[in-house]
Amino acid sequence: MAELSYRDAVSRGIAQEMRRDPNLVFLGEDVAAAGGVFKTTVGLLDEFGPIRVRDTPISEQAILGAAAGAAMTGVPVIAEIMFSDFLAVCFDLVANEIAKLRYMTDGQVSLPIVIRTANGAGSRFGAQHSQSVENWCMMIPGLKVVAPSTPEDVIGLMAASVRDPDPVVFFEHKSLMATKATIPDGEIVDELGKARTLRAGTDITIVALALMVPRAMAAADRLAEQGISAEVIDLRTLVPLDTRTILHSVERTGRLATVEENPRLCGWGAEIASLVAHEAFWNLDAPIVRITTPHIPLPAANNLEDATIPSVDKIVDTIVSEWA
Amino acid sequence: MPMSIEADQGLYDYSTRPQRTPTPEGDPGLSLSDDTRLGLYTRLQELRQLEKRAYDLFMQNLVKGTSHLSLGMEAVAAGFGQAMRADDYAFATYRGHAHALSKGASMDGVLAELLGRQNGLMGGKGGSMHLSDAARGMMGSYAIIGAHLTLANGTAWSAQLRDSGQVTVCFFGDGTTNIGAFHEALNFAAVWDLPVVFVCENNLYMEYTPIDLITSVDHPAADRASAYGLERIVIDGNDVDRVYDTALRVLEKARSGGGPSLVEALTYRSGGHSRADPGKYRPAEEVKAWADYDPIIVYHQRLLARGFGEETLTEINNKVADQVNQATEAAKAGAEPELESIFTELWADGGSTWRN
Ligand SMILES: Cc1ncc(C[n+]2csc(CCOP(=O)(O)OP(=O)(O)O)c2C)c(N)n1
Ligand SMILES: [Mg+2]
Repeated sequence: MAELSYRDAVSRGIAQEMRRDPNLVFLGEDVAAAGGVFKTTVGLLDEFGPIRVRDTPISEQAILGAAAGAAMTGVPVIAEIMFSDFLAVCFDLVANEIAKLRYMTDGQVSLPIVIRTANGAGSRFGAQHSQSVENWCMMIPGLKVVAPSTPEDVIGLMAASVRDPDPVVFFEHKSLMATKATIPDGEIVDELGKARTLRAGTDITIVALALMVPRAMAAADRLAEQGISAEVIDLRTLVPLDTRTILHSVERTGRLATVEENPRLCGWGAEIASLVAHEAFWNLDAPIVRITTPHIPLPAANNLEDATIPSVDKIVDTIVSEWA
Repeated sequence: MPMSIEADQGLYDYSTRPQRTPTPEGDPGLSLSDDTRLGLYTRLQELRQLEKRAYDLFMQNLVKGTSHLSLGMEAVAAGFGQAMRADDYAFATYRGHAHALSKGASMDGVLAELLGRQNGLMGGKGGSMHLSDAARGMMGSYAIIGAHLTLANGTAWSAQLRDSGQVTVCFFGDGTTNIGAFHEALNFAAVWDLPVVFVCENNLYMEYTPIDLITSVDHPAADRASAYGLERIVIDGNDVDRVYDTALRVLEKARSGGGPSLVEALTYRSGGHSRADPGKYRPAEEVKAWADYDPIIVYHQRLLARGFGEETLTEINNKVADQVNQATEAAKAGAEPELESIFTELWADGGSTWRN
């Protein structure tokens, strides 16, 4: 057992998999010598050397293209895109090539790629370095989408993502980097497509992802003080989506709230709301509530950013105000 | 001073622009075996006859969608294909029928894919613009300009990591040199010393726009080579001997650790950009001059001048015609894909499930 930060869990997760599979390679901007701009890849160059851990030019398309070509020919790859906002400059590779190649070729090639990227707000970086873009990837057939909320999940889901033969986009939340938890020693391997119920409750199901998970948990404490018993589910992966855990929970609680950091339109919660509305409609006792960032780019100033993404207060207030 | 509307329109009447005609240099006098020469000739015939058949099938409305033919440009794919090792990798664009064939894809697999049949290379899932045959190193045809240059780096990187001696060859058009991915890919290949050969088929036009009007340099690929520390290579892309010779040289360089090359092959498509395009924006004399300098005419004459018999060449033509006929029948005889296949091969488990 050791106390580990989310940040250090990233490098531990990568190292665990690079030790296991001598063919696994890792590339990205400033990832080798500098250890990553978020210091999430410190020590990897020392342990695995410059052939397996490589610094690249600022060429996001070239990075993902290299990853895809290598993966297509049997070399599994982890590729880092420094900030998830930058997925927009290489989205052709993500959406048109990596996601579609197996299908287009009718299974002639596999793409064992993990695209790791720093996602989310809270750092006062403004509109181009703070977005939550997991929904961009969720809507593309052919991509698996993972967003861990704890250090242990970072390691376990990283292992699951690397071992998965399909392309995975792995979102690491910038505002969770410093959070710490006690982690078991030895290898940690988890499973994609499994949500986790973090807190049992009887009155409402709150589904959250990444940074929104600790906020949903804190909100559940506050709701309990007001006599509302909330069940909190950490989705952990958007694709594959663990609908069963959500539906079973809503069947018991009769209410659903999603807590999403993405802007409103077409956020992941919209898909979950539609699924629940269709498949658990007769279990619902109240309208589904979506708590999201408003449909605006992110502002930079402390108070502006804090007021924009869902806070514990906002979660509690929204749920309470909807309670009838 | 702003240009007048009249001047604007004059600028866009491409058909009256100065023509750019070929500049033949004749037989390069290479010492190639008879088998090699006949192999090149056979490959040219295969690519030509199969694509003519594809065109006929389009005209009979048996092939849907779009198609982009390499008619008139076959010497590039043929020359490189004959020089490559069986386990080398190739990447092509949506104009990729010739490249797939020259990397060993079967004629019936190609035609059946165009017809949307189950026996197509990708079971009807890819279509004309995405021909792939990974088992033969044909790593796919790509319809988003530029992307596949970055993928080619990846297979080259993989070969470098595995020390396999495989080289990746990536074909693309002149228009592709103006997209960012081209420049990212070249710099990346150069700094990583990757065993990759980038082959620009400069057919003087992107879709409908003459390349010189939209490019800052005369030679869209070769004049950019120095920016990436690469040799400036321009070749006659209608002379299959010259293409083959250059291919051998740059492949060997890449194979022996000498890093990437960028080759610009000058050529011309005899038809339009795609099936819907009659190609009227090109000066008639230009089209005529290139038609006279057709790669098959050139090579046929060269082989005769070198003492090969007309009968030998006719025999090859006929044999290829038989193969194309058989492939056409096999393709037409193929069943339509099973509807269930819509939901297969999204994921490595063979399915497309996204939820439990
Ligand atoms: C990113 C992107 N932009 C535009 C297009 C539309 N498009 C298809 S082919 C083509 C022309 C490409 O010209 P070139 O690279 O010279 O190849 P050629 O067709 O002449 O072989 C264009 C603009 C595309 N497929 N992808
Ligand atoms: Mg062109």
